Formats: sequence, C-alpha cells, structure tokens
Amino acid sequence: MRRSVVPVLTVVGFLLVLWYAAAIWLNAPWAYDKATRSGEVLTTSTLVADTWSQEKPKLPAPHQVGKEIWKTTVEKKITSKRSLIYHSWVTLSATLLGFVMGTGLGILLAVGIVYNRTMDMSVMPWVIASQTIPILAIAPMIIVVLNAVGISGLLPKAMISMYLSFFPVVVGMVKGLRSPDQMQLDQMRTWFASKSQTFWKLRLPASMPYLFTSLKIGMAASLVGAIVGELPTGAVAGLGARLLAGSYYGQTIQIWSALLMAAALAASLVGIIGIIQRVTLKRMGMA
Amino acid sequence: MGWLIFAVVAWIVGWMLNVWLARRPPSRLTGLASPIVFGITLIAVWEGVVNGFEINQVLLPAPSVIAVRFASSTAILWVDFVQTVLKGALSGYIIGCGSAFLIAVAIDRFPFLQRGLLPVGNFVAALPVIGMAPILVMWFGFDWQSKAAVVVVMVFFPMLVNTVQGLQSTDAMQRDLMRTYAAGYWNTLLKLRLPAAMPFVFNGLKIGTTLALIGAIVAEFFGSPVKGMGFRISTSVGQLALDLVWAEIVVAAIVGSAFYGLMALVEKRVTFWHPSQRN
Repeated sequence: MRRSVVPVLTVVGFLLVLWYAAAIWLNAPWAYDKATRSGEVLTTSTLVADTWSQEKPKLPAPHQVGKEIWKTTVEKKITSKRSLIYHSWVTLSATLLGFVMGTGLGILLAVGIVYNRTMDMSVMPWVIASQTIPILAIAPMIIVVLNAVGISGLLPKAMISMYLSFFPVVVGMVKGLRSPDQMQLDQMRTWFASKSQTFWKLRLPASMPYLFTSLKIGMAASLVGAIVGELPTGAVAGLGARLLAGSYYGQTIQIWSALLMAAALAASLVGIIGIIQRVTLKRMGMA
Repeated sequence: MGWLIFAVVAWIVGWMLNVWLARRPPSRLTGLASPIVFGITLIAVWEGVVNGFEINQVLLPAPSVIAVRFASSTAILWVDFVQTVLKGALSGYIIGCGSAFLIAVAIDRFPFLQRGLLPVGNFVAALPVIGMAPILVMWFGFDWQSKAAVVVVMVFFPMLVNTVQGLQSTDAMQRDLMRTYAAGYWNTLLKLRLPAAMPFVFNGLKIGTTLALIGAIVAEFFGSPVKGMGFRISTSVGQLALDLVWAEIVVAAIVGSAFYGLMALVEKRVTFWHPSQRN
C-alpha cells in the first residue's frame, strides 16, 4: 500500500500540471480575442494569468474550481439553493434509497436463482440482457411516466439507481452463494443440516467477500443513475441538475465543481463500503 | 377481463413450460429455449395487463402498439441508428479502446507508472464519468464528434485497467520459460503476455459495449443535431409519443445485445484455451 503512494502522487501531480497546461491552451483563443478587441498586447505572463482567471473559461483551472467549491459549500448556508451540499444531499438520498432497493432485489433474485433451477435457466439470461439495454438513455421517460402517475421526487430517481445497482449484486451473489465447494456442502449434509441452515451457516457467510465487491460497483452505478435521473426533471435540484443548468448557461466552473463533488461523493461512498468490508470480514475471520 | 385472464394463463403456461424444460436433461436446446420462453411470457403478460387494465397508451404502450410503430417508422429509426450508433458510439469505442490498449502496453514497461496509474485508473473508472458529457458537448460541438468523445472518456479507463491487469497475469515461471528460449521483449509480449492478457482485454471490451451505447445516447441529451436516438427519446417524451420512445429502446436493446454478443463470440474464438471457455 505504502509503496504506491509516491507513484500515485506523481501521477496525480502530472495530471494537475496537464490540467493547467490544457487550461492555457483551450482558453488562449478567447484571451487573444479579448486582447485584440481592447488593443492590448499580451505578454506570456498576462496571457497565462488571463487564461487561469476567466469568468466562463472553456476549461477552468483547478484553483478556480476549488474556489467555487469552497464558496458553495462552506460559505453558503446548507438550506440555500446555491449550496452544493444541499444539491449533494438531494442526489445522495436518491442514491442511497436506490442502492438499498437494488441490493435487496439483487440478493432476493440471487437466492432464487441459486435455489430454483427454473429461475436459473430462464431469468439469469434476462438479468444479463437487461444490462445491455441502456437504461440511462430511457431515464427521462421513466421519470416523466412516473410523474404522470403521480410518483415524483425521490422515488423515480431511486428506481433508476436500483436498476443499475441490482445487476452487480445478482451476479456477485450468485457466484458467492455457489462458492462453497462440494466438500463443504457434504459436510453440512453429514451434520444433517436443513436447507435453511445450510443457507444461513454456510452459503451466506461464504458469499460475503463477493457481496462486498458487488456492493462497491453497485454503489458507483447507483450514483450515476441518480445523477442522470436528475437531468430530465427540469433542473430542479441535485448534482445532475447543476450539471444541466451549468451547460445551459455556459457556467463551466459550476459544471466542474458539481463534477468534482460527484467524484468526491462516489469516492467516499465506495470508501465507506470498503471500511465496512474490512471490519466485517475481519470479524468473520475471512480477511 | 378477458385480457387479464389471458395474462394469468400466459404466465402459468410459460412457467410450467420452463419447469418442464428445467427438468429435462440439460442440453444446448433447453438452455436456449428457456430464456426465450420466459421472454415471450413476459411480453404476453405485458400485453394482457396493459389491455386488461386499460392502461393509457401514453403511459405504457402495449407491445403490439410498439411493434406497429417500429414497423412504420423504420426510416427514422435507421437515421437515428446511423447517427448515434455508427457515428457516435462505434467511432468512440474504437478510438477509446484502441488508445487505452496501446497506452496500457506502453505503461506496462514502467512499473512505477503502473503502480501510480492503476489506483488512479480504478478510481476514475468508478466515477460518474457521464457527467463529463456537458463539458465535452461544449468543446466538440453538437454533432457526433462530441458523442464519440464522451464514449472515448467512458470506455478508456475500464479498458486501461483491464489491459494492464491482463499484462501482469503471466507468472514468473512462464516468463522464465520465455527467457530460456532467448525471447526478447517483443517476442515475449506477442507470444506470451498479449495472448495471456486476452481474457482481461475482452472483459474490458465487453464492459465497454454497453458504456459506449449509454454514453452516445446520454450525450445527446445535452445537445445534438435533429437526429439521433438520444435526441429522439428526449423530444418524443416531450410529445408524449411513448410508442416511438419504446421503438428506440427496442433498437437500443437489440444493438446493445448484438454488440455484446459479438464481443463474446470473438472472445470465444480468441481465448478458446481459457478454462471459462472450455466446458
């Protein structure tokens, strides 16, 4: 783990330098344009200074985005509509609800598939096929239709998150529930264990490592679902709405700050699951 | 009422048929027939429920209505297919996967870069990359180039991470064997490490298929010329022409499954030696 700290920091540092350089390159035309109109001559240093501090740059420099995030998280009240924390919370709540529903559905389906041969043969191919349908693409329709039926707010977004997060859970849990080998199953039989005992005492514990790996993927997918689900609601609230509003009004700094916020959210959610995984598996004696 | 009975009967018949299929000795035929029966059952139940409860066609069109709409608007669907799938998704997929593959081979020579890039790549692969879409649309304009760019960004990191992992998958014994053959870097790469990396590479390619389609369609929500599947979906939802939306979904589902299936088929051909392909 420690061995990779220096390389990772190097790569991240390199990316930051690349970002600043790209900001100069992409924003330079606009700076030149402005300079010729006002009759100024740009030296290299003023050009760089200008490209890093434009109001609506093509690519905002990292420190501009950082300042925007600071302004919209720390300096704004949480209840304010401009607060990024408020928008993150809207997205987060939909993500978590969808994640819980998706995980529940996924585990139920996996248990059914493992214990019922008919389900295994007929449902499993459709679970896989369901993911080749670009659900994100039809998210607007789901939102609009559910709105027409009178379901609005959190639930439609959560359902898109659910659809995206149940798949990794099904696949991982089916693999996990089947991971005990013949020897272990025979051992349960010699102990005259019932089907439910085999499930609770052997299959379920054995599936935990698989479950946690799936949960991490499912959580990331769930967040994507919630963000895309916010696009068609007319940009009311949430990180997706910030993205859409930003793209309407050319507020690139706002887009990037929402994007970085989403990235931080994804990283911390996945990180939390990672911590739970480590603690649980350690207590179970599997890590 | 008749339609509701039809739905219930269809469900029972379909399920019984599948139970019967599951009891038969497993063969290729039953493995193929079972999901098909399940799918047909679902469509029949859908038709029955929509007609039975007289659900508004604006909310949820019946499969028959969708089929009629599909048949009558093939021209529109074809134009959208060319715009979104062939121009946007496919070009982006090829550029993204190709460049990720080449970069992975390049950084494989430097362990320092590997240790640095793998965690970063894994991190980025988990991010909501789709959020880049509005920015890329701003940079590359409304036409298919911006969609291809979104697809490139989406498929790049899963492909990179998988290829790098694949190139590391040979063990010391195998590499030593190559050395005893006096094989140089390129020979080892071409004859041992790339073939050994193929299962991982195809994993990345398969993940990329759905991502490419999603990226191309969602990017169109942020601005597109007056054609394309994403454009059609978002405007038709506005007009409440849900049958057309569903027709687009059918196209997307078929394209997605076919694309994935094609990759799986190529994988079977290329990695015939891998345990997961021999059964």
